[in-house]
Amino acid sequence: MEALLPLFVVIPLGFAFITALLGRYIPLFHRIAIPLVFLFLSVLSVWMMANLRETVLTYMVGGWEPVNGIPVGIHLSADGFSVLLLVIINSLAFLSAFYSYAYIEQYTSGHYFYALFCLMVAGMNGVAVTGDIFNLYVFLEIAAIASYALVAFGIKKEELEASFKYQVLGGIGSLFILFGIGVLYWATGTLNMADIHKIIGSTAVSPGIVFAGVLLLAGFGIKSAMVPFHSWLPDAHSSAPSPISAMLSGVLIKSIGIYCLLRFFFNIFTASSQVAYVITTLGVASMVIGAFLAIYQWDIKRLLAYSSISQIGYVVMSAGIGLILLCNHGDIHVAALAIFGGIYHLMNHAFFKGLLFLNAGSLEYRLKTRNLLKMGGLASSMPVTSSTSLVASMAIAGIPPFNGFFSKLVIIVAAVKSGFYGLAIIAVIVSIITLSLFLKFQRYAFYGKPSESATTEKDVPFSMEGTMILLAVCCLLLSLLIFPFFRNLILMPAVHALMNATI
Amino acid sequence: MNGMSLIVKKITQLMAGIIFLYGVYVMLHGHLTPGGGFAGGTIVAGSFILLIVANGIRVFGLHREEQLSSAVESIAILVFLLLATAGLLTGAMWFFQNYMPHGTPGNLVSAGLIPVYNLVVGTEVAAALLTIFLGFVIYKAED
Repeated sequence: MEALLPLFVVIPLGFAFITALLGRYIPLFHRIAIPLVFLFLSVLSVWMMANLRETVLTYMVGGWEPVNGIPVGIHLSADGFSVLLLVIINSLAFLSAFYSYAYIEQYTSGHYFYALFCLMVAGMNGVAVTGDIFNLYVFLEIAAIASYALVAFGIKKEELEASFKYQVLGGIGSLFILFGIGVLYWATGTLNMADIHKIIGSTAVSPGIVFAGVLLLAGFGIKSAMVPFHSWLPDAHSSAPSPISAMLSGVLIKSIGIYCLLRFFFNIFTASSQVAYVITTLGVASMVIGAFLAIYQWDIKRLLAYSSISQIGYVVMSAGIGLILLCNHGDIHVAALAIFGGIYHLMNHAFFKGLLFLNAGSLEYRLKTRNLLKMGGLASSMPVTSSTSLVASMAIAGIPPFNGFFSKLVIIVAAVKSGFYGLAIIAVIVSIITLSLFLKFQRYAFYGKPSESATTEKDVPFSMEGTMILLAVCCLLLSLLIFPFFRNLILMPAVHALMNATI
Repeated sequence: MNGMSLIVKKITQLMAGIIFLYGVYVMLHGHLTPGGGFAGGTIVAGSFILLIVANGIRVFGLHREEQLSSAVESIAILVFLLLATAGLLTGAMWFFQNYMPHGTPGNLVSAGLIPVYNLVVGTEVAAALLTIFLGFVIYKAED
């Protein structure tokens, strides 16, 4: 099964350039082939998840065996958490690519869109499977640079401005990450993740390693748009074409932000409670400030983008609570519960936020506007968009029986059990604010008085409707993950992968 | 734009070939001397860019040139991927396996696949830099 790991990078990378080559001459090639490629990859990742369980796969690129137990060359490795991320990335990539079948007709040169999309997925898959920190940086940059280009894809004034802002801040983030990796290499003399963990664990804490930790926290904080570093996100995520917004908000900030953050601070560094408190504080700040900023927005996609910041805050806060408990030798089971809640919410957020951005894309496709004040009464003319967005709104606001309810419940229960009553209350309040802002979205877009300026006779084409329905079904089905059978199959391997190194 | 004076045109015509050959030399000796695919590729791209700058931008069919260089770029990456993936099918079946005979260290034909990788990377870098340059020139010309 290890031999499958390079395929997750090679296949999308190869198809990116095949599309750039052939897409110009065969108009339908990329619109049909690319969704099929992602479907294949998501089936492959689900199959891996079903067979992997608690084991860790290691793959030595080029067949370079370790010399005297010291790894040389690049290692790929996959444990429960990486495989979970692969499933999220590839399934959402498949749905977004299928949605784009009709959506991309608005733009010229669609083959470049699909080529960049493939490059972005190749980069994210690479981040998930790599076991080498410099390699991680390279894949992270592939994903990030492809996403800069995709944000500017419409080449209108706002889009170029958003892309420029994203590039500058993303570049600063990458610089911090590269510098952090350099300092870590200087301090430990190796780039292999497992080897670094072993060396850091066996020596006394040196200032170099602490410095590297601070740099990496800032770098990945920018990449995952946590609150002091969030200013690029609302512009970038609202200017991109909608399937790309779904990928950026649903997957990219998780795979190159949260995933790397958790990987570094759970699996590579020896956890210290100071860092854990900083991570939790960043999470709480993102959660509260993101939600308050979202309330004032009248542009649908900006509203969704700010709410992404807030929902990412839940994930980070929950993982931070887990890390605090692990450092202070608290109850292991509560720590596992907190990390479980975080990872569960991460998975759920990918699906409901992806769906909400696709809904916004459908509204924009038919009405050519993103302003909520210009919409109204669309529930009767766009029934599929309306009903799926209702499902997604209820899921994100945490209304049973949708998936968001269960993950937020787990996070709040974990906060209470670990003694952070204040954080539990804040989480509940933010959840209520989220409910109010999605009620606003529903009220102004789909109900209320029909507007004269933006009306439509019919709903969106089949590929867009089909994708939204599939995602809405996913939102309902993912709530099954709370049951022990599915939980142990899908989420617990990821939780154990994060906790193993720290205990 | 009609390009620069006759002297500049003639000198660049004479120099471009030599610069191109030097780029190929750097690529081919990538496994023996400092340099390699990336450095050689930039030198090769430099020889093309020099010709375009000296002869003015109308001389070449820029759009066709740009399509061609972007096609070469894609093909070079695909060849690179194929060479790397072929490692999965031969010998010990590792991705990026160096399955060609290694030869004597220090010889020009040695190190198995690495010179081949260097050549492909060089082609890719040269084509990519040329595409970027042509992108700027076309943007400026159409403005």
